[in-house]
Amino acid sequence: MNVYLDNNATTIVDPQVFAAMEPYFVQKYGNPNSLHAFASDTHPGIKAAMEKIYAGIHAPKEDSVVITSCATESNNWVLKSIYFEYILTGKKNHIMVSEVEHPSVIATAKWIESMGCKVTYLPINHEGIVDVQAVRDTITDKTALVSVMWANNETGAIFPVEEIGDICEEHGVLFHTDAVQAIGKLPVDVQSFNVDYLTFSAHKFHGPKGVGALYMKKDKELMPLLHGGSQMGGYRSGTLNVAGIVGMGKAIETAVDALDFEMTEIRELRDDFEDELLKIEDTFVVTPRNKRTPNTILISFRGIEGESMLWDLNRAGIAASTGSACASEDLEANSVMEAIGAAEDLAHTAIRFSLSRYTTQEELDYTLKIVKTAVIRLRGISSSYAYAPEGHESGLGAHHKN
Amino acid sequence: MGIDSLIGGTIWDEYSQKVTDLMNNPQNMGEITEEQAKEMGAKLIVADFGAESCGDAVRLYWAVDPKTDKILESKFKSFGCGTAIASSDTMAELCKGKTVDEAVKITNIDVEHAMRDTPDTPAVPPQKMHCSVMAYDVIKKAAAQYKGVDMESFEEEVIVCECARVSLSTLREVIRLNDLTTVEQITDYTKAGAFCKSCIRPGGHEEKDIYLVDLLEEYEKEKLANKASLGNDTAPTGDFANMTIVQRIKAVDKVVDDNIRQMLIMDGGDMEILDIKENGENFDIYIRYLGACSGCASSATGTLFAIENILKEKLSDKIRVLPI
Repeated sequence: MNVYLDNNATTIVDPQVFAAMEPYFVQKYGNPNSLHAFASDTHPGIKAAMEKIYAGIHAPKEDSVVITSCATESNNWVLKSIYFEYILTGKKNHIMVSEVEHPSVIATAKWIESMGCKVTYLPINHEGIVDVQAVRDTITDKTALVSVMWANNETGAIFPVEEIGDICEEHGVLFHTDAVQAIGKLPVDVQSFNVDYLTFSAHKFHGPKGVGALYMKKDKELMPLLHGGSQMGGYRSGTLNVAGIVGMGKAIETAVDALDFEMTEIRELRDDFEDELLKIEDTFVVTPRNKRTPNTILISFRGIEGESMLWDLNRAGIAASTGSACASEDLEANSVMEAIGAAEDLAHTAIRFSLSRYTTQEELDYTLKIVKTAVIRLRGISSSYAYAPEGHESGLGAHHKN
Repeated sequence: MGIDSLIGGTIWDEYSQKVTDLMNNPQNMGEITEEQAKEMGAKLIVADFGAESCGDAVRLYWAVDPKTDKILESKFKSFGCGTAIASSDTMAELCKGKTVDEAVKITNIDVEHAMRDTPDTPAVPPQKMHCSVMAYDVIKKAAAQYKGVDMESFEEEVIVCECARVSLSTLREVIRLNDLTTVEQITDYTKAGAFCKSCIRPGGHEEKDIYLVDLLEEYEKEKLANKASLGNDTAPTGDFANMTIVQRIKAVDKVVDDNIRQMLIMDGGDMEILDIKENGENFDIYIRYLGACSGCASSATGTLFAIENILKEKLSDKIRVLPI
């Protein structure tokens, strides 16, 4: 049995989305900017999709939702344009991001920092949630931008974007949120609170890969990152990804329709699954359920290194994820686990299961069975649970390199 | 760069079949208890290395025959990824039947080679090499415990890159012999820094006492000092700015000796250097004329300009010469 529980990484494309995109490959393949029927044939589809995308985040007509190639592009665009417009010109000297942002925000912030800008990395508390007080304490009239994600990809923790938006408004500071993990899992309405920029990406809600978007409030439009043929109102040049835009439109419409289902049925599936996992001895979950997206579980199995667990799950056809040591290229511990200040010995033991509206009870029952088997096998190998003769001083608690 | 480095996430694809098999079914996984060791007439050694908080930890069990020092049985338990488990398993296997002294000679490279399917294909991708280092370290720990000595006593040299086992002395020698100036060059010549990359600069997976960038800096400084003491005729501006005060005086002295003093002596005079001071971005060199030069009309004009121009040309265009 194959079970896909890595939906925070990417999702299956909804067959309806795929069907909606199909005509735009071999039939309606015209460049929308050209002056002929091939081009015009694409216009109604693009327009309808854009309207769905606007509706999906409840964006008013006068604001801009610019289609990009991915959320990484959208995030880079916000931070770099702010750098060019406010920091480089000397108008402001400071930006703030949370310490657990996606790498596309963190790495860009680090680059901006290397260019001489002051950057604050906002801490998260023991529940894995950004501390609003820290925003209040650090914001100044020289702060150009605050960028805090709506929901964290690792833990699913929902961040207080409304409160942070209010603080930014009070201080006349621009506010950006990376809502990649929020769309389709939480109600997202850009008119319900103060937000200037919002990033999202189609492949996180059963749309195609390679299509992201950036919402920009009226009169807060950024200078373009990509110059060229003035597509997307001149804000983002490059031939329109027609099929991608159509796919994103269909995907967000479906995701918003399925939101209730996600927030009730999927949440229930997740909660039951989590209850069962927590019955296994020495397991830990950090963020409380009611402060998380309905589909995500980040759970630690003491004594089992994350990649080992993925290995056993993968052998049984189950896809999950870990941000911990060995599995990632940079060999470092799960950054969120570290930031939370979880017990040191748990930093490398976190496994993320992320569900979607396609996840079934049967799949979770099977996964639970496999997890239990893997826990027994891997704890059998683990030095954490190993025999030691009386009086043996274990060195395993200490860091092995000074 | 190139096509092979453009797609990520291939770590597992690069494991050898042996690594995969050992992860699935480790052969020497287990424990040896006091009782079991006693039955064998052996001494039980239990050694730990690593820590869960680092992502890798291993416990090695040996039953050692106290008369022959031979390792009769060898088992492991490990907290870590597939490579760590497979490496620990292979390490435990390699220890079997060896004396403690022989076992100490097993390196992480031996472990990695033993896990290869074919002699020329690495058993694990570069970033996983560090997992096998732990297997090597725990042997030394066990041997030290058996012999009642300090673990460091088995390491004859300071190892900078543990993955490729490149020593400090080798690195220093190779850098100097080949005049290496970049980390990439060091990696090309010695393989140091090719694997987990912790030894390149601070901030990697493991903290080190000395990094490859430190060795490059050390060599750079050495070269500069040499240049200064040789009074390099073509020393560029940047070098002069980086010199210590002693090096600067030596460098100026050398230029004066080679290019200026002769000219002054011919006219029955001489000069000495009193001090060099940094003044904003300028270097003010205070000199005193001796013999016929002192009081000579030209000493404040033509001769002075000549001296200043020569020093500027040879050392730094920021030099100003001030006679006292």
